[in-house]
Amino acid sequence: MKPLPIEVRSLACERDQRELFTAMSFDLQAGEVLQVAGPNGSGKTSLLRILAGLLPAVAGDVHYGGATVFSGRGRERWRQNRLFIGHAPAVKANLTAEENLSWLCALSQPVAAQQIAAALEQVGLRGFEDVPCHTLSAGQQRRVALARLYLEAHPVWILDEPFTAIDKAGVAALEQHIQAHAADGGTVILTTHHSLEHLEGVRCLDLGQVA
Amino acid sequence: MRRIVWLLFCREWRLAWRRPGDLLNPLVFFAIVISLFPLAVGPEPGMLRTMAPGVIWVAALLATLLSLDGLFRSDYEDGSLEQWVLSPHPLALMVLVKVLHHWLICGLAMVVLAPLFGLMLALPASVLPVLCLSLLLGTPVLSLLGAVGAALTVGLKGGGVLLALLILPLYIPVLILGTGAIDASLQGMPVTGYALWLGCLAVLSLSLAPIAIAAGLRIGVSE
Repeated sequence: MKPLPIEVRSLACERDQRELFTAMSFDLQAGEVLQVAGPNGSGKTSLLRILAGLLPAVAGDVHYGGATVFSGRGRERWRQNRLFIGHAPAVKANLTAEENLSWLCALSQPVAAQQIAAALEQVGLRGFEDVPCHTLSAGQQRRVALARLYLEAHPVWILDEPFTAIDKAGVAALEQHIQAHAADGGTVILTTHHSLEHLEGVRCLDLGQVA
Repeated sequence: MRRIVWLLFCREWRLAWRRPGDLLNPLVFFAIVISLFPLAVGPEPGMLRTMAPGVIWVAALLATLLSLDGLFRSDYEDGSLEQWVLSPHPLALMVLVKVLHHWLICGLAMVVLAPLFGLMLALPASVLPVLCLSLLLGTPVLSLLGAVGAALTVGLKGGGVLLALLILPLYIPVLILGTGAIDASLQGMPVTGYALWLGCLAVLSLSLAPIAIAAGLRIGVSE
């Protein structure tokens, strides 16, 4: 899929009659990584959920490749091009890692079992394909969810706290994968309290300062 | 489109069979409620026969309501629902598959068991087909309407009571028509009118409820 620029225009968000941010605007070119930072409760998750399309924005819009996402033609293309992995990893405890991934991928594009096995190996879960996920640790369950990043071909990734419960080696591998995705022309928007300063070309949006 | 429906059905099927307890709960409830009545009111066949339509229908209604409370809860809590909402596939179609799957393992099982309980409550054999027909047409309506309430209360803690308050008034027409059909059959009167009305409600809820359920879930997920 062709990478396209994302323009956020005067976005506003309100939760329980409390204004989290107003008139937020920024541009993201294809190939950029944006880290959304800020103290707890500053609206990081809300911003990501608005961008993903889960939460309606009070005002403003997102332009993707020139078309508006919330109110116009860009909607369908945005739906097909963005991948959202939230706080809750969407991993069913009673299904195996392979069943979970095959269903989650089928929601956009079905993938073959060999691809799933390869992706699980990439996230260090080789041999856990047929194990029910409730027997996996929190970090391993998060890795199952993150295996989608190796499976699905979405150019835009929206990741809410992807590093939660992941060990050091896993974090390094994920950082590398994010950089590789950006180098391929993909765009990544993520929140984390973990410092990404050592990575090249990561922009930071501090919601604590915007508000 | 057909593929996603099939995959979703397989997923629901697997999830249901890996927790057989949840699968049996509504049926056990249905069986217990009905079998307690003869013990409580006495074994006099005439009285049981008069009560049978109401008892079976109320038990089916409450069993459905009980099982619906958790219909979307686990998908909501583990984030699966977010992914459904974000998917390019129509959410209304996916929830329709989920609710129909729920009906298959809860509602249809009650339809199959009903003749047995009908006999236990001294219903004549000639009335049993009508009993099954009324449940066959009525229980999908119960599942679909209940799912609207389940979707609206998905994000609420202790939404069970609220679900009952929201949905019970909507169940009343189904209850009246369902028991009415069996009563009419007991008195040797035609039941076509009742069956047509129930069918009408079934078609109406099949076509409109998924849209309402999808809208409810979207609200729940955005909270």
